Amino acid sequence: MNYHWDWGVFRHPLLDGSGIYLDSLLIGLKWTVVTSLSAWVIALVIGSVLGVFRTTRSPILVGIANVYIELFRNVPLLMQLFLWYFVLPEMLPQAWGDWIKQLPESSLYTAIVGLGLYMAPRVAIQLSAGVGALPRGQRMAAEAMGLTTVQTYRYVLLPMAFRIIFPPLTSEFLNTIKNSSVAITVGLLELTARARAMQEETFQVFEAFIAAAILYLLLNVLVTVLMRWIERRIAVPGYISGR
Amino acid sequence: MFANFDFDVIARSLPYLFREGMSFTLMLTAIATAGGVILGTLIAMSRLSGVPGLTQVATFYVNLIRALPLVLVIFLIYFLLPYVGQWVTDAPRPIEVGALSSSIITFTLFEAAYFAEIMRAGIQSIPRGQTAAGYGIGLSYLQMMRYVVLPQAFRTMLPVIFMQTIVLFQDTSLVYVLSITDFLGAASKVAQRDGRVTEMYLFAAVVYFIISFSASRVVKRMQNRLAIVR
Repeated sequence: MNYHWDWGVFRHPLLDGSGIYLDSLLIGLKWTVVTSLSAWVIALVIGSVLGVFRTTRSPILVGIANVYIELFRNVPLLMQLFLWYFVLPEMLPQAWGDWIKQLPESSLYTAIVGLGLYMAPRVAIQLSAGVGALPRGQRMAAEAMGLTTVQTYRYVLLPMAFRIIFPPLTSEFLNTIKNSSVAITVGLLELTARARAMQEETFQVFEAFIAAAILYLLLNVLVTVLMRWIERRIAVPGYISGR
Repeated sequence: MFANFDFDVIARSLPYLFREGMSFTLMLTAIATAGGVILGTLIAMSRLSGVPGLTQVATFYVNLIRALPLVLVIFLIYFLLPYVGQWVTDAPRPIEVGALSSSIITFTLFEAAYFAEIMRAGIQSIPRGQTAAGYGIGLSYLQMMRYVVLPQAFRTMLPVIFMQTIVLFQDTSLVYVLSITDFLGAASKVAQRDGRVTEMYLFAAVVYFIISFSASRVVKRMQNRLAIVR
């Protein structure tokens, strides 16, 4: 291979003179983290509500949850981001559409909302499986004690269910981080986009992408270690992972 | 909301969308599934082989690929292939590899890691007694895999393989970053040419939904019929 390796390229100044390429990648990493974390909050909130809906006895709530899940699971993420970014402003009343288009950082908001709504069904499915995994007696005992439905979920079912589904939720969060790279298509300058820009400007293809890959791997390891630690702290005594 | 909706632009571009776009999307899905399952099975067998070196390499490959975003891998392999081609063919300069062949190679290599995990679960679901019995009647390792383990592993895992194929079908839209005319790429090109973004993207989303949704329904039904009663 006559590729000219140059690992010093990370110290080269950026074209706009605002720093060096290493800075650019790290800022990209920051936006990847910000996007993933914010999207994850949205996914957790909506996913939890839908997940609870699916475990109720109300056919309407179960129906709402299932329609949402099928709708958002069967359209590619890229397509969904395009719908939010290009189509939504056109569908709204003129004034609202113009307001959205003029938002600074509109690609960041699109990425966060789009990714959050896309990941929500995965959270919902995990949570309803978690509630389903609890012994029937827990719900019955809670109701027999006179707890309302909301109280039953708040004090009995959800605290258990969330601890049971913690490991699969961790891998969904890792998926959220990976999926945030799709936001490159709506112009978000996250890690993959920064590596791509660096490759275009310096022609050091492999250094740029390998550095980005290493940063993704480090982020992955960091999240995994952190989650394992939390997992041990919240393990339910007497269950498999508990002490 | 739909007052100045132009349905005609969809009708006019249908042949282009499906003949050029969808045919590539489906071809990429089919090749990457077939290639990914074959390669993935070999990786899973290597991982379970217990041969020092081979097991570690297979495990490393699967874990590495599964930790990286697909978009990054699409770019990386797209730029890497010309140099690999040069090295293999001993050419004086990097050879040209088109975006189409690059995307096919990328998706096959990438999905192989995911299919490897599926096949590993399938192989591990076969009771130990069966492999012991296979060796007992004098089968070699390859014969045992070919006649005893893999047919059952495939059958058990078929619904999961198809579910992964539906995910793959949706992921193929990411070839957009290489400006390839897949289904979404075709819709996007018409949208920009005719200034009909709303119509084209909504239509494309509906098509993706119909295909993925009905396919997942079929897989669910298949799951019940294929289940092996033990």
